[in-house]
Amino acid sequence: MILASLKKIDIRATLIYWMFAAIFLLFALLLHDDGFLQSNNLLNIFRQTATITVMAVAMTFVISAAEIDLSIGGVAGLASVVGAIMLRDHGLIQGILGGLAIGFVVGSLNGLLVAHVGIPSFLVTLGMQGVAIGFAALVTNYYPIPILNDTFNAIFGSGTFGWFPGLLLWSFTAVIIGWITLTKTTFGRRVLATGGNRDAAEFNGISTKNVKFKVMLISSVVASIAGLLYAGRLQTGRYEWGAGDELSAIAAVILGGTSLFGGSGRIIGTFFGALLVGLINNGLILAGLPVSQQQIVRGLIIILAVALAKKK
Amino acid sequence: MSSNFNVVEMNDISKSFFGVKVLDNVSFAVTSGEIHALAGENGAGKSTLMKILQGVYTLDSGEIQVTGEKASIHSFQDARKYGIGMVFQEFSLVPELSVAQNIFLDREHKNRFHLFDEKETIRQSKLVMEELGLDIDVTAKVSSLGRALQQLTEIAKAIAGDAKILILDEPTASLAKEEVDALFKVLKQLTARGVSIVYISHRMDEIYRICDRITILRDGKKIAVSLLSEISPQEIIAHITGRKDVEMLTHEGKSIVRSSTPIFEASGIQVGSRVNNVSFKLYPGEILGLAGLMGSGRTELVRAIFGLDKKDGGALKIDGQDVVIKNPREAIAHGFALIPEDRRRQGLVMEHSVKQNILAANLSSLSHLNFLSFSKINNVVQDSIESFEVRPSDANREVRLLSGGNQQKVVIAKWMATNPKIVLMDEPTVGVDIGTKVEIMKLVRAIAAEGKSVILISSELPELLGVCDRILVIRKGEIAEELDRKDVRDEDHLQMIVQGIKV
Repeated sequence: MILASLKKIDIRATLIYWMFAAIFLLFALLLHDDGFLQSNNLLNIFRQTATITVMAVAMTFVISAAEIDLSIGGVAGLASVVGAIMLRDHGLIQGILGGLAIGFVVGSLNGLLVAHVGIPSFLVTLGMQGVAIGFAALVTNYYPIPILNDTFNAIFGSGTFGWFPGLLLWSFTAVIIGWITLTKTTFGRRVLATGGNRDAAEFNGISTKNVKFKVMLISSVVASIAGLLYAGRLQTGRYEWGAGDELSAIAAVILGGTSLFGGSGRIIGTFFGALLVGLINNGLILAGLPVSQQQIVRGLIIILAVALAKKK
Repeated sequence: MSSNFNVVEMNDISKSFFGVKVLDNVSFAVTSGEIHALAGENGAGKSTLMKILQGVYTLDSGEIQVTGEKASIHSFQDARKYGIGMVFQEFSLVPELSVAQNIFLDREHKNRFHLFDEKETIRQSKLVMEELGLDIDVTAKVSSLGRALQQLTEIAKAIAGDAKILILDEPTASLAKEEVDALFKVLKQLTARGVSIVYISHRMDEIYRICDRITILRDGKKIAVSLLSEISPQEIIAHITGRKDVEMLTHEGKSIVRSSTPIFEASGIQVGSRVNNVSFKLYPGEILGLAGLMGSGRTELVRAIFGLDKKDGGALKIDGQDVVIKNPREAIAHGFALIPEDRRRQGLVMEHSVKQNILAANLSSLSHLNFLSFSKINNVVQDSIESFEVRPSDANREVRLLSGGNQQKVVIAKWMATNPKIVLMDEPTVGVDIGTKVEIMKLVRAIAAEGKSVILISSELPELLGVCDRILVIRKGEIAEELDRKDVRDEDHLQMIVQGIKV
């Protein structure tokens, strides 16, 4: 009886929570003396994963629609740079709008090429990643652009609402909006239907081109917000911000139980996936591993975790 | 047929899927150098039998002998070893490679450095083509060839692999007349070399033209084997259709008022060369059948009406008003619904639940300001499951876990929830068990009884005869005949008309 009911629980669906708990416990035991469990450190994990979390939420839509976006890291870097320059030269509002504009432009281009020209998103965004990083390096000549505007740094970085850290608020907002959109709106259903079976979606009267365009646009705009969050937290715009984040975001999404082949999406799972990635990063730093070893261990853990989460 | 030994013998073959017997003690033999027709309705067991011969399925009982020796065939590779070649309906060619490269795919000639020897491959391919009397540029990319040449390439590939037995499944479905002639010439040439051919086709005229013998299957049983010179088309049709249980299929004569404005009118519909100047009218509450052979253009016609494919000409009217339909969204807005030919690929998201699938076609009516109304959704889904008797009646069950018949009910249910005026159905009972077939046909009647109009494509003539008020016979993309149901005597009669045999 008990065995039968145990078998009914879909391990894969809840895998991310088990993994999260296991790794949390492991670190709590091993890294206790390094201050892993101190509230400051735990808060830090949240703060540092805010950028990954918001991008991973948008990535959930992209992957649910059976596409991929590898340009988000580059977009974040470019948005941080453009935002910082506009902020320095024109003011706060212009800085924010300038950063977001990068997301709109790149997202529209990605969407156009993927949905309407029909180039695989993998290639479009891989190319676009290089373009974005290159542009960011070019306009800044590789130098960081410091941000001295306290309002900007408070909104996108160190600010708090009462005791509540602003970056945490950004994460929660992204997760809540993402969850509502995916599960409670017609758009969410169109995304899932498109990713699940594009032909059937077309027969249903869903404009799958429109859906694909929109998910690519959303992903880039959200990546530009993430770029602003980097700029605010680190009080600089720099072309390197966000480098490699596409892999962390994709890992978060797949760890969270979203199918890599489209048609299913789990926002809450993505949230925990992002936290897990952040947890791993944090633990490896506390353990005192040099960057090279961090990269090796992080890469292996992510591959292992995704292998476990893979749908058979 | 001078040397009359059996190249292949399949003795007492039985096969069941999920407890359903699809082949029941079937024996089948092909002699050297003959063209042997394999006939039967969809689901009679033809393709299962051939798939066993190719190693796709394993037989439950019985045995296969190739040139007198017991053969165990468990894969394509095994089949190839025994000289059994298949010409697939969907070709197994790599479009971006040349004809020569395709012919020797997986058996490439290598030069002394063990590298791919292009010259030798081309030379050998030319030899094969010469042998077959074909004039195909072997260096051309396969993608640049028409369908007929692709098919001949496919045959050349099988021959180059030393096939002794070739299986062709509806090889002429998408070929023009001259292309059919060319194909038949090649087949005759092959038999002269001692190659045997299993020819699966629904086309009576072709069977008589090139086949020597025929084996007829019905409901998984072998019904007859005969020399074609000793059997009449009428006898073949009688064997194929049999005297089947016609309980639901007795036509209930109902009167359709055809003096009013038609609910739908198509005039001069043109889709490439596949649909040619098709015009017809459809009246409220009417069920209009489209009969025809595979590849006759019926699917293309409804796809064009529904806006899935571009129309190259023609006009549509709904309730007497001109309408333009460029995509499925516009078709749906005008009150159309399409139950597609292939429910797994076109009708459903297999990994999604029954509820999600029903919802996908009804997003605008089941939402408010783009937010889903879950109380409405639950009501509609529950109603759909109940009135269409989807089993099991679990809204959250993934549709891939349902039986074929229940999956089809979900497709129909989701479209009926859109409250369409005109329902297009393309082979709605394919891959559905007998019991559910009856249910689906009853649903078709019920839909028409509500005043909706139905256009029904079916290759199962009893279905058309059971529910249609009028039947259009489509041949080569054109309306060959328009028949009032009352003027069709029985299935054999309709079959003759579809085949174009003068009655």
